[in-house]
Parts: sequence; structure tokens; C-alpha cells
Amino acid sequence: MNIQLQDLTKQFPARGKKARGAVTAVRDLTFEVPDGKLVGLLGPSGCGKSTTLNMICGLETPTAGRIFFGGEDVTALPPELRGVGMVFQNYALYPHLTVLQNITFPLENLKGAQKLTKAEMRRRALETAALVQIEPLLDRKPKELSGGQQQRVAIARALVKAPRVLLLDEPLSNLDARLRLQTREEICKIQKKTGITTLFVTHDQEEAMSISDFIVVMRDGVLMQQGAPQQVYDDPACLFVAKFLGTPPINVFAGEVKDGMLLLAGQKALPVPGAPDGEVWAGVRPEGFAPAAGGPVACALSRVEVLGRDTSIVCTHPALEGDTVRAIVRPEELTAPVDGAVRFALKPDKVFLFGRGDGQRIRFGGRAARA
Amino acid sequence: MDRNSKKAWLYLLPSLVLLGLFLVYPLIDVAVYSLEECFNFASQTYQGVGLYNYSYVLHDPYFLQAVENTFVLVIITVPVSTILALVISTALSSIRPLRKLYQTVYFLPYVTNTLAVGLVFMVLFQRTEYTDGLVNLMLAWFGAGPVDFINGPHWAKMFVLCFYTVWVVLPFKILVLTSALASVNDEYYKAARVDGTSRTRIFFRITLPMISPMIVYLVITGFIGAFKAYSDAVALFGTDLNAAGMNTIVGYVYDMLYGDSGGYPSYASAAAILLFVIVLTITCINLLVTRKRGEGGVSL
Amino acid sequence: MNHEACEQKRQALRRRDNLRRALTYLFLSFWAVVVLFPFYWMVLTSLKSYGAYNSEHVPVFFTTEPTLENYRNAFTAVPLGGYLLNTLIFAAVTTAVMVVVSTLAAYAFARLRFRGKNLLFGLFLSMMMIPTELVVITNFVTITNWDLRNSFAGLILPSITSVFYIYLLKENFEQVPDELYRAAKVDGTSDLKYLWKVMIPICRPTLVTITILKLIECWNSYVWPRLITDDPAYYLVSNGIQEIRENGFGRENIPAMMAAVVVISVPLILLFLAFRNKIMEGVSRGGTKG
Repeated sequence: MNIQLQDLTKQFPARGKKARGAVTAVRDLTFEVPDGKLVGLLGPSGCGKSTTLNMICGLETPTAGRIFFGGEDVTALPPELRGVGMVFQNYALYPHLTVLQNITFPLENLKGAQKLTKAEMRRRALETAALVQIEPLLDRKPKELSGGQQQRVAIARALVKAPRVLLLDEPLSNLDARLRLQTREEICKIQKKTGITTLFVTHDQEEAMSISDFIVVMRDGVLMQQGAPQQVYDDPACLFVAKFLGTPPINVFAGEVKDGMLLLAGQKALPVPGAPDGEVWAGVRPEGFAPAAGGPVACALSRVEVLGRDTSIVCTHPALEGDTVRAIVRPEELTAPVDGAVRFALKPDKVFLFGRGDGQRIRFGGRAARA
Repeated sequence: MDRNSKKAWLYLLPSLVLLGLFLVYPLIDVAVYSLEECFNFASQTYQGVGLYNYSYVLHDPYFLQAVENTFVLVIITVPVSTILALVISTALSSIRPLRKLYQTVYFLPYVTNTLAVGLVFMVLFQRTEYTDGLVNLMLAWFGAGPVDFINGPHWAKMFVLCFYTVWVVLPFKILVLTSALASVNDEYYKAARVDGTSRTRIFFRITLPMISPMIVYLVITGFIGAFKAYSDAVALFGTDLNAAGMNTIVGYVYDMLYGDSGGYPSYASAAAILLFVIVLTITCINLLVTRKRGEGGVSL
Repeated sequence: MNHEACEQKRQALRRRDNLRRALTYLFLSFWAVVVLFPFYWMVLTSLKSYGAYNSEHVPVFFTTEPTLENYRNAFTAVPLGGYLLNTLIFAAVTTAVMVVVSTLAAYAFARLRFRGKNLLFGLFLSMMMIPTELVVITNFVTITNWDLRNSFAGLILPSITSVFYIYLLKENFEQVPDELYRAAKVDGTSDLKYLWKVMIPICRPTLVTITILKLIECWNSYVWPRLITDDPAYYLVSNGIQEIRENGFGRENIPAMMAAVVVISVPLILLFLAFRNKIMEGVSRGGTKG
């Protein structure tokens, strides 16, 4: 069951007495969640991703646009008729009910022909509990569970009605770092096992990159880019996406293109054939620096951080936007600084140029175009 | 004692003196009074120590009438006002425009003088030789005969007293329940909607259990407050409540102490202690019942 | 489900929603009328002339000839002005002394260190459970023995302390960070000056709240003033209104009574409308009537 959004727009009435008109939370959003895939909806807080999720779920009515589940228009349907399962940010487990009662709760709402017997309800609840591996906890109250266990109960409750689509709102934001790693694998595993079309919202790019089949990046209610995580990382469409993805973040320099050559602080840094002359933002991924004795980019060394597997060189450069350049290199590549400076060559496929005004990508030749 | 301690006690001195004189000492004294037999207020003498005062009070028909009235009042007004407050605050939290206005209006009775507004209720319900009064006019629209609610049959008087009491206690309950309802996380309702839970089921299975601690609190304070009813009755029926047959336990205490029938602080003390014991017992029963039923769901 | 059926379903749902909303508003408005009606009736009746009121066998819901005659009566035929003044004095003095005494005590509990503090505070808290009805008897005897009946001192003294307000203030004082106190001590500020210059300004909202709540409580107090005063020169409004009801105006002059009721109710209603949020917040934090 795929999910299609078509020109989805949501406006909220402006708050406060003086403000007039409406605030647009989501604007002309169009994308597709392919059948059986795990898709991450990614963006900074306030970008409209939760509103989008709520519209897909049916909790919010779109101002304009349509939503299709497997070709069927569900825009006008209330949530319970859409066949969605939703996991809320704070899990929304009813504190006065046990785990089993929480999971059974959605089944008890079924009416008419769909109505289940007590035994059938119990069977399905137990089956779902087994899927997320919480059988030993069934008689406990939510507050007696750890964050990760609560998360799994919430997923079980969302899955018990065998929904067509599973939606998760910031599923990992309430967990500590270690549990987060574990839980995201858990989610991935459950999704693979059930094959259910899943969309989750997050502001954490690492989270989205690590488990999604596809990611959709949003900003200010507008879709910025979509694609497989690696593809979006390797080929960002604009400066925002480039900056938003990747840890450590991309290094951005104020540069200039002249006669097919990128200049950083007036020094020739990299040939960029085909790029038009003018001022640009040059983004270089941390792994895009290759230490080289005669390299074209000279940086003043601040310190070297040894992290075991690789080494990060922290240094400064006059054209840099921000405080420090962070380059990640393999230990054996490390060269001794000369006069407190390290010199790098840039790897062309790790360097992206963006327009100074609009932040849109400027492509240049001499590298394999991946699209 | 070091300098700091001295200073602290100095800061506390005024409160300690006042509390000691007017709260702690009287508490002990009232127990003593209640045991002193045939205490004469003028000469400040008594003849013996014993439980005679209690036995007198317990055999006084006025006291028994007062106990009966108080119990009827409690049994009617506590459930009625709590349920009504629940209905009103649920309705209130389901709307957005005008909510503030309604809240303000509903709170008004809290800041009015019980005696003064009671007089208005008396006027509304009273039947005199000149007029049947407004409430009887309304009853007549439905074909019901005129009833004198103020000087008439006991049930009618009880009805007015209950009605007025509910009117007076509702603002507090509505306020507490409205804020309790507002504190329930919206996510629970969203989750319930995704599951297609009906409104009735949401209310009984989610809302009610979530705000149950507040309801328990309201029921307990409601019991305590209703057991101490007095000025509402005075406002409606005048100071001579015994004659009207509408006395309450607190009213009995004050009547014993002061006024035309007064001058018996020992009887008053015995009655006051009996009231205290009743209230304490009921509160304990309340707590036990809710504890047992709540099983961790209700925490106080 | 096709698009049309779906749209139909949606419309049916919306209609049901609208109906529900309409019923909710209807119910809320009905109760608003029940609450407001006594107020309307008292103002209305107070504006009717004595003759007009008594000639209405069937009550009339409006008046075409409003008169202020009753208000004149209320101030001349009975000493309503005196009652108001007494209540004002009583409420103002009691509240003022209460605020000072409670602030000092709360400060001691919140900020100062002394032996037996926790024990004493525990005792304080348990005092909250003592019902007034129990202690009123002895207080009556005490004040009578001190010859303070029919005096402001007798009215005010037992009404001052409120354990609950001390508790509320103490909780609020404790939220002021310790560093401020230490900084003040390093600068050589005395405790009293610190309380006055730092604590009170920071905790002003709570102080305002308890002041208003106490004023309301004083304005409406009935039982204690009734016990302790039998000279109308010391009556407060509650006792005044009871006196008016039983002896003043002649029993049948309802319009004049209602005028007196309006005069008594208006100050509190104005106070409420002015400080609506403060009062409602304060009450929901633990005030109960009576």
C-alpha cells in the first residue's frame, strides 16, 4: 500500500489578535511513500513535518491537496476509516491500563461486522506483543516500563489493528543515546518483518539516514529533496540539505569561481570546469580533505583529535563560514604541520557549489554525475 | 541558642502566639469543656467530669433533627454538584470561542456574599400573601401547584437548601475540574481518535480515569464542606433554624453557644466534637474506598 | 470507498458535530442563565418601587419605571453605610496584619535555619486540619472573658492567622534561588532588608493572590462576627443583611433589601472582574469556600 501526497497544503489561522491571515505550515507538498518501504520525513523543528504526518493520519484536515492510500483517495476520511496506526512522540500509553489492556484498546472500538470476540482480541493482542517482544510485560502498567519498552508497547498498539500504514512521530526523541541505537534497529526489524508501509518523522538526520529506505527533507513547509539516504547525502540539491545532513557537518566556505577555477580566500583550490563565474558557497564534506604536502588549501592547525578509527583535524581557514574546519582523515594520511599550517587537496566529488543568493546547487563537470 | 535561631523565632513569634491562642489552646479546651458537666458560664464553675454532655446532645431532638438535615444535605449535594460540575467542565473544555466568558460567569457565585445572595434566593422561592414568587410562577407554567419553599413543607425547604448549596459550591468544582481536564495530554485524545474510539468511550475509559484523583479530592472536600453547612441555611431561613426545622449540626453548635437558646458551651463543645468525629470517619471511609478501588490508578 | 460516499460520510459527520456543538452551547448558556439570574433579579427588584413591587401578584421580568429610591432607603433607614465601613476596616486591617505576620513566618520557614524547624513545620501543617467550628467555642469564651466583644480587636484577632497562606507563601519563597540570599549576605544585607528588597518583590504575585483571597474571605465572614457582636454599631455586612432581613425596613420591603444586597455584592464583583485571573488561579491552588 503506497502513500501519495498531491499538492498538500495546510494553513493555520494566525494566532494573536493583531496578526491577520494565516500561517502556512505545509505548502504544495507532493511525494510518494513506496509500498512496503520505511521512509523518514526529515527536517528541523517547525518545518511542518508533524503537520504532514497528522494530515496523513487524519487528525488534521488539509487546506488543499489530496492524500491517496494505494490509489484510494482518503483525504476526507476520518482516521479510524483510513487504516493507519500511529505511534506518538510521548507514546500516549494510557497510564491507568496495563500493557495488555493498552494493546487491546483499539480492538475494542471495532463495531458491527468487524467486532471481535474477547478470545480473538486476546489472541491478536498476544500475537502483536510477540512481534515486538514484550510478552513478559503484559500485566505491567506503562510507568513501570523503561522508555524503550514503552516505545515497543506503543508500536504494538499501533499495529494490533493490522493497519495499512504505520506512522511514527519522533519515535526516538524520548530515549537516551544508547537506547536510541537499539530501538531504531528494532523499528527497522519490525518494519521488515511485517512489510508494512512506514513513515516516520524526525529532526535527527542520523536517525533518518541510518534506517530509512528513502528520506524526504522538508524546510518551512516545503519539500527540499527526496531520495535514498546515500544519494541525498552525495548529491544535495541545495545548501540547506547539504548542511542538514552529515555528522560532523559539512564545511562551508565563501568562495569564488573564476575561469573554471574555485578560489578560496583568493587562492586556487579546485578546478570546477563548467561552473559559471561568480561568488559561491563551497561546501566540503569532512572526508573531502586529503592531506597533501603541496596541497592548494592551507589551514591553520588548531588541534588534532584522535578517535581511533580515524582522525579529525580541526583547523581554521580565512574564507570559512563558521568557526573551524573539521577534516576527517585516516591516521596514516596525517602529515606534520609546517609553520602551524596543514595543506589539503580537495576531493572533487566531496565538494559542492551553491549559489550565493538562492543556495541552489551549481553543478560542474569533471566528476561522475549521479542523479 | 545562637543568634540565628533567636532571629528565626522572633520572625515566627506573632504567628505562634496567635495560632497558639486561637487554634491550639481552643482545640484542647473544647475537649475539656465537653467533659465538664453542668458548666455555668456566669460563674465559670462545673459540678463534675463525665460524658453527660454527649448523652444530652445525643438525646436532644433538635440535635437529631440537625444531624438528619445535614446528612440529607450531604447525600444530595455532594453527588449532584460533583456530577454537574463534571458535565459542565467537560462541555466547557470542548468549546473554544466564549470559553473565558462562560468560565468567568460560572465563577461569580464564589465571590458573592452567601448571606446576601441567599436573600435573593429566598425572594425567588418565597410565597407570601401578596405574590406566589417567581419560582412558583414557573411551576405554574408546567401546571404544578404553588409551594411555599421557605415556610412550607420540609421537603420543599430541603430542596431550596440543596439547590442553593449546589449553586454556591459549583464554581470551585468547575474551576478545579476544568484545569484537571486541561492538564490531560492531548496526545491521549489523538491516539484514541486514530483508533476510532467513540466519544462516550473516550470519556469513560480515558478522561475519567485520568482526572480521577481530582474527583476524589473534590468528593472529599465536598463531604467536609457539606457537613459544615450553616450560613446557606441561615441565609434562606433566618437565624432561628430550629424553629424552621432546618438546623444543621454546625448551626446547633452555634445555637447552643449563643443567641436566644445559647449559654451552653459544654453542649456546644460536645456537639462540635461529635461533628468532628463524623467528618473524620466519613473522610477515612472515603479514602479507604478510593484506595481499594483505585489500586494504584488513583494516587492521592 | 469511492469519493462520493466518502464525501457524504464526511458531511454527515460534520452535521453531527455541529449539532453537538449547538447543544453544548445551549446547555452552557442555560447554566449561565441559572447562575446570572439571581444577580439580574436582585438588581431588577432593587430598581422597582415599593408600591410597584407589592402590587405585582405575578412577578414581572422588567421594569419601566426604575427608581433609586430603594438605595436612598438602604442608606438612611438602616445604617448600611456603617456596616460597609465596619467591613472595610475589618477586612483591610485583618488582611494587612495577616500578610505581615504570614510573610515573617513563611520567611523563617523558607530561609532561616533553626533547630526544630522541620518538626515545627510539620505541626503547622497538621493545624490545617483543625476545623474552625471546633475552636470557635473557646475563642468565643476567650474574647468574652477579655471583654473584647463588640470591638474591632475582638473581631480581628482570631481571624488573622491562616496556616494555609503561610504554607503557600513558604512554598513560593523557597523557589527564590539560594544564591540570591548568599549574594545578599556577602554584601552584608540584613535579613529584614533582604526580605523587603528581594523576596517580596519576587513573590509579589503570590502576595497579591493571598491578599485578595483573604479580602474575599473577610468580606463574606459571618459566623464569627455574629457570635462576637450584638451591637449594630459593629455589625459587618453579613450580619447587617441578616439584621435588615429580620428587623429592618419592615419584613415586606423587599426592594430596599435587594438594594442593600446589591450594594454589598458590587465591591466583591468589581474586585473579581479586576483580578479575575489571579483569583481563579489562587482558588484552584487550594482555596475552598468555608
